[in-house]
Amino acid sequence: MTLRLLAIDTATEACSAALWIDGAIVERHEVVGRTHTERLLPLVHALLADAGLRPAQLDGLIASIGPGSFAGVRIGVGLVKGMALGLDRPVVGITSLAMLAQAALDQGAERVLPCIDARMSEIYWGAYGRDAAGLASPLCADQVVPPGAVDFSALPGGDWSAVGTGWGTYADVLTPRLPHRLLSVDGAALPRARHALTLALPVFARGEAGSADDLAPAYLRDRVALTLVEQQAARAARSSG
Amino acid sequence: MPHNSGLMPVLALETSCDETAVAIYDGERGLLSHTLHSQIRLHAQYGGVVPELASRDHVRRVNGLIRIALEQAGLGAADLSGVAYTAGPGLIGALMVGASVAAGLALAQGLPLVAVHHMEGHLLAPMLEPERPVFPFLALLVSGGHTLLVSVEGIGRYRVLGESLDDAVGEAFDKTAKLLGLPYPGGPHLARLAEAGQPGRYRFPRPMTDRPGLDFSFSGLKTAVATALPVDADDQQRADIARSFEDAVTETLAIKCDRALEATGYRGLVVAGGVGANRRLRARLADLATRRGVGLYFPRPEFCTDNAAMIAYAGWARLADARPADGRLFTTARWPLESLQPPGTRAA
Repeated sequence: MTLRLLAIDTATEACSAALWIDGAIVERHEVVGRTHTERLLPLVHALLADAGLRPAQLDGLIASIGPGSFAGVRIGVGLVKGMALGLDRPVVGITSLAMLAQAALDQGAERVLPCIDARMSEIYWGAYGRDAAGLASPLCADQVVPPGAVDFSALPGGDWSAVGTGWGTYADVLTPRLPHRLLSVDGAALPRARHALTLALPVFARGEAGSADDLAPAYLRDRVALTLVEQQAARAARSSG
Repeated sequence: MPHNSGLMPVLALETSCDETAVAIYDGERGLLSHTLHSQIRLHAQYGGVVPELASRDHVRRVNGLIRIALEQAGLGAADLSGVAYTAGPGLIGALMVGASVAAGLALAQGLPLVAVHHMEGHLLAPMLEPERPVFPFLALLVSGGHTLLVSVEGIGRYRVLGESLDDAVGEAFDKTAKLLGLPYPGGPHLARLAEAGQPGRYRFPRPMTDRPGLDFSFSGLKTAVATALPVDADDQQRADIARSFEDAVTETLAIKCDRALEATGYRGLVVAGGVGANRRLRARLADLATRRGVGLYFPRPEFCTDNAAMIAYAGWARLADARPADGRLFTTARWPLESLQPPGTRAA
C-alpha cells in the first residue's frame, strides 16, 4: 500500500509545496514575498510534473493553515480545499508555527519557540517540545500579542531554540523576557511544506484526516473590525476625552 | 455567439463581495444548479461590508456550496468541462478565495480555468431567462458599486456610454437610507419605506438631466435629502422623503436610458445589477420601453443581485479563453469593462 501526499504552504513570504511518495520527500520552496498568486500554481505544477504524478494519484492533501498573512494563508488553504473536493480526498491542516518548530527539532533542538512577525506591531508565537515520535508538540496555545507583552514565565525550563521572523524583528524585546537559556536564534527561518508532511503523516496513518469542507485557517488575530456598538463607544470615548 | 457547443458544463464561483455563490451551466440544458450564501447578517453588525470578514466567510462556505451545486445538477467534479470564477472587479481578498478554490478544483480534474469579469456576468444575466435579448442592446447596470450605461454589440464588445461621476446608485440608496435611520443594507429597506410615502411631497433634483450627455451624479441627492429631512421627522415624513428620493433616482435613470436608446437606435434595453430588482425602477423602465416600442429584459430578481449563475453563463460563453490551472492566479480589484475582447480573441 503506497501513500502519496501533497503539502502546500503560503502562510508567510515563503511559498512551498512538498510530496510524500512512499517514504521519499521532494519539495519546492521559494521566497516570493507577496506574489503567491503568481508562483503557487507553477510551483505545484512543476513539483507534480517532476515526480511524474497526476493529481488523481494523490491519497491526501495537507495545508499550512497559518498563522501568517491572512490573504497568503487563504491562497494555499483555498487551493487545497478545491483540490481535495475535486479529488474526493481527505485533508489535514498544520500550523505554520508547528512547521517551524518541527524544522528546528529535525536539526536537533529539544524545545522550540517559533515566532512569526504578525505585522501591526504584533507577533504570532508558540512553544513546542518533542513527543515520543520526535514530532513537535505544543506546550501552550499559539497566540498573537505585542512582543512587549509576551509572557514566557509559564514555560518549562531547559534550553530553548528560537526560530522565525518574529525573532528577526523583535529579538531585543523578546530575549530578555525569556527566563531560560536561549541556545540559538534563527530570525530568518520560514515555514516549509516538508515539515507539514512530517507532522501530518501520523494523522493520515491513524485514519484521522478530515474533510476539506472543514479545513479552516488559524488566523489567531480575530478582531479585525469594530461593530457598530463598539464604533459608537469609541466615538463617545473620544468626544468625552 | 459562444464558440463552443454541446453540453460542456461549467461550474462557477462568485466571491467578489459579500455573497458566496456557486452555479453550473451548460449549453444544451442551460442552468443546472445555482446556490448562494449571503453574508448580509454577518456584516450588518458592522454597518457595512468588512472585507477581511467577507474573505473569511467565503473560505468557510465555499466547499459546502460547491457540493450542493454538484448534487443539484446530478454531476460529479469529473463531469465538468471547466471551472469559472469571478476574477474582478471586487474586493481583492474575497476574489482570491474564489480564484484559489476554483484553481484547486480545476487542477484536481485537469480542467481549464476561466477568469470572468463580474460586470460582464451582470450584462449577460438576461441570457439565463427564457426570453433573451438580441445583440446589439443597451444595458443599464445599477448596483452598490456601479452605475453604467453600456452599448453591448456582442459578448466582449462593450462601450460605456455613461457612468456615475461620484456615488453609484446603490450607494446613494444605502447612504440615504442611513440618513433616514434605516438598518444596513439600506437600499431594500428604503424601497419598502417608500411604499408608504406620498409622491410629490418633496422635490429632489434629477441630477445632470438638464444638460446633454449620459453620465450620472448621485452624491448631491443625498445632500438634498439631508437638507430636507426635519430633525424630528415622523414616520410619514420619512416615508414621503424616501418616496421622493426613489422617484428622483428612477426618473433620472429612465431619462438617461431614453436618451441612450435615442442615440443608439437599439431595440433592446437590459437592466441588471442589484438596483435592477427595485420595483419602481422596473415599472418606470417598462413604461419607457412600451412608449419607445423596444424590448425590455430583466434577469429575475435573484440574478440581478450578485450570483454565480451569471458567472457560469459568462464562463461557459468564454470557454475559448480558458487556460490550464498552472499559471498566474488572476484577480484584479479594478478591471475596465471596455478592455474585454470577444471570446477567443484575447491576447496571449
